[in-house]
Amino acid sequence: MPAGAGSAEPPPDVDAVLEARDGKDQLRFIICGSVDDGKSTLLGRLLHESKNVFEDQLAAAEVESRTYGTQGSAVDLALLIDGLQAEREQGITIDIAHRYFETDRRRFIAVDAPGHEQYTRNMATGASNADVALILVDARKGLLTQTRRHSHVISLMGIRRVILAVNKMDLVDYDEGRFSSIVEEYRATAGEMGIEEVGAVPVSALTGENVLAPRGGTPWYVGPTLLELLESAEIRREGTDGRFRLPVQWVNRPHPDFRGFGGTVATGCVERGMDVVAGLSGRRSTVERILGPSGELERAVPGQAVTLVLADEIDVGRGDMIGDAEHPPEIADHFAVHLIWMDTQPMLPERHYSIRLASAAGVAQITDLTHRVDIDSGGHLAAKTLDLNEIGYCKISLDRAVPFDPYSESRQTGGFVLIDRITNATVGAGVIDFALRRASNISWREMNVDKAARSRAIGQKPCVLWLTGLSGAGKSTIADRLEQKLQALDRYTYLLDGDNVRHGLNKDLGFTDQDRVENIRRIAEVARLMVDAGLIVIVSFISPFRSEREMARALVEEGEFVEIHVDTPLEICEARDPKGLYAKARKGDLVNFTGVDSPYEAPQDPELRIDTTKLSVDEAADMVIAYLESTRTGVE
Amino acid sequence: MTLSHLDRLESESIHIIREVAAEFRNPVMLYSIGKDSTAMLHLACKAFAPGKPPFPLLHVDTTWKFKDMIRFRDETAARLGLDLIVHVNEEGAARGIGPFSHGSRMHTDIMKTQALKQALDRHGFDAAFGGARRDEEKSRAKERIFSLRSAAHRWDPKNQRPEPWGLYNTQLASGESVRVFPLSNWTELDVWHYIYRENIPVVPLYFSARRPVVKRDGLLIVVDDDRLPLEPGETPVGMSVRFRTLGCYPLTGAIESDAASVPDIILELMQTRRSERQGRAIDNDQVGSMEQKKQEGYF
Repeated sequence: MPAGAGSAEPPPDVDAVLEARDGKDQLRFIICGSVDDGKSTLLGRLLHESKNVFEDQLAAAEVESRTYGTQGSAVDLALLIDGLQAEREQGITIDIAHRYFETDRRRFIAVDAPGHEQYTRNMATGASNADVALILVDARKGLLTQTRRHSHVISLMGIRRVILAVNKMDLVDYDEGRFSSIVEEYRATAGEMGIEEVGAVPVSALTGENVLAPRGGTPWYVGPTLLELLESAEIRREGTDGRFRLPVQWVNRPHPDFRGFGGTVATGCVERGMDVVAGLSGRRSTVERILGPSGELERAVPGQAVTLVLADEIDVGRGDMIGDAEHPPEIADHFAVHLIWMDTQPMLPERHYSIRLASAAGVAQITDLTHRVDIDSGGHLAAKTLDLNEIGYCKISLDRAVPFDPYSESRQTGGFVLIDRITNATVGAGVIDFALRRASNISWREMNVDKAARSRAIGQKPCVLWLTGLSGAGKSTIADRLEQKLQALDRYTYLLDGDNVRHGLNKDLGFTDQDRVENIRRIAEVARLMVDAGLIVIVSFISPFRSEREMARALVEEGEFVEIHVDTPLEICEARDPKGLYAKARKGDLVNFTGVDSPYEAPQDPELRIDTTKLSVDEAADMVIAYLESTRTGVE
Repeated sequence: MTLSHLDRLESESIHIIREVAAEFRNPVMLYSIGKDSTAMLHLACKAFAPGKPPFPLLHVDTTWKFKDMIRFRDETAARLGLDLIVHVNEEGAARGIGPFSHGSRMHTDIMKTQALKQALDRHGFDAAFGGARRDEEKSRAKERIFSLRSAAHRWDPKNQRPEPWGLYNTQLASGESVRVFPLSNWTELDVWHYIYRENIPVVPLYFSARRPVVKRDGLLIVVDDDRLPLEPGETPVGMSVRFRTLGCYPLTGAIESDAASVPDIILELMQTRRSERQGRAIDNDQVGSMEQKKQEGYF
């Protein structure tokens, strides 16, 4: 990157030059706008005019302008920015890009976040650590639904300052009234969303008006140019006066005489000799040494990567948090959160997702979707799921207690992501509003008679035999025969059948995706209790979703879950149609029917697969028993 | 006390390096011997001090690197006491693949991209650090810090994982891996500034010296050994040159320069109007060629 304007005559003293450079602060800003608002062109203009584009890069853009350019014979500055082939061809920005540039006053990271389809995904990433948002509006179009949406997302991510650039002023004859009315409308909207400060500037990315300097188009405008607004925007200096928090990343044990805890200070400061506490255990100690990147430190500040050596051997590992003993980190396993959904598969309450919060990882489920936010009106809507780009307020429950801070106090220890356990996609980003229940005093009651004792008493090793498959595949028939055979072998069994359970325990549930998830969650919990009681539990259940079956598997110990795919082709199930359900579904009398208008996700790697086109009911049951004998499951 | 710009970059990179060590089963650090790799390695040593980085170094040797680079590589690994894996695509070497006989594209593909994939597969690495920076090239500006690769090592730029608050999704399906870029937010000048501040040794090729040079396709090629076929009438001329980036010697153009020390280089960089990758023949084969190479598994 060139060093920017004004460095034509460098002083020969490199140390002085570098010291000045190192002392320059850095503003990170996210650029939001809708498709065709001219984001890439504006950023290209900003970089070009502030002399942050190299000659060979400009030459390459000139060549490409002849192929893809939209500016006639002039260089299309957007081509300096759009880095992907498809972006240049289609003239749109697909994925987020980071640009680095500097002026004599400041250095900048510009995060270019595309405004379409996956905008929440891009914006959550770009806004999570940005100081300011630069929001672009096309002067001809005024505020769009997209503008409101983007503003809502950045506000939720904690951004309080916005620079509003009203672009394409050249296309509205630099009309002052147009500019003022857009700014006024935006200020009102932003205020409702908790955005505290809005600076506004009329610009034309195409002509360069008011980007670095006025070009004569807007004599009525006497305010700062876009670059001046960026150079004077306040940088968020978070956490220096907060309470000391260090999420532990890595336990450093190179040899028996050294044990240190590596991590980056999230908030507050730590000093040698300070009393600290481990969040999860509540055990206290004193900071004996602080190792910074360049050696021993007396004191470390937010953003600094350090290794702490404590005076006592206390139990601390990755996922824990070391904090100020006077103000210990809170721990909890149940939170009220704002959640942004970023996946094309909707969020389903009760489904299990992996969660990451600071250095902690666990399994989480949404226990309650309180409301969905109507981004266009700001109102609250009742909802059962969240779709792509939707925002909701939820209650979330974790499988373990984790140290945390509310997001309003610390972005680093109050923001989290959710990950789909099957696709491994990052599907949601959330911020903690508050903890619903302190977890410090809740623990499992240890019972004296446990599963091992019960299974010894009845002489069998318990397990779950989980039969999954389409309706009419033969699950219930096989399950019934299997139970008879196990009984004959003097095994203690219980059969949980999908239809039967719906008459009692699950009679309040329907057949929507979210009800199916809850249906299976309950079955899985019952199965787990029965395994705990020492039984061989046969579950006969369509259970169409892979992630729910994985959830059921996760509830019991390794080797206790036997997934059995009763594999019958859809055509055969439909031809059999023992309950006449396929016929109803095809006529449209039955909705959300698996295999017809609701998906069945076949097991990828089941313990057993029963091909009912090849095996009789007896053979299928015998196959399961043979498997149990071969793995010594179900027998003592 | 507030942290300086370099301090912040340094801590951010250490944080990223520690995340990888904590989350992945079998990480490796790609060591390409250049200034960025060398700065990254320095950061890795800091991240785990007083211990050593808990992963080996991997160098993919195309057999066409500068002699000085190979010497520096072996000295560095020995000085730091780290495991160094050197991988050569033996099949490519046996078939005599080289930039002159087969062209720069095929040479880079077989001896670099394919060789890298071979090495990653052979050792079962699930995470590989690279020294790439987002300011280098515009398709790199699009890359995440943790960049997912399919079992076939392909990059899907349209389907990248969001990374809010530096929370990196480290979950992989079988066969998948990640490339991790701890220097994502550094610029070329930042790297030199850091090398200066930390007094990190770098390959002497970065410093100006009189070297035998031939001009080809606008590039100044330093004649590093007798494998460079001279064209009729072509005679190497002694010129004061240095390198801004290092790669295979026949594919990496030198620049005319008198910068003979790190401070000289910094002052020169602050003046330059040309980007760092201008001297890389492979980047300029066609528009979007870096993106395409990256999708195919190039670093």
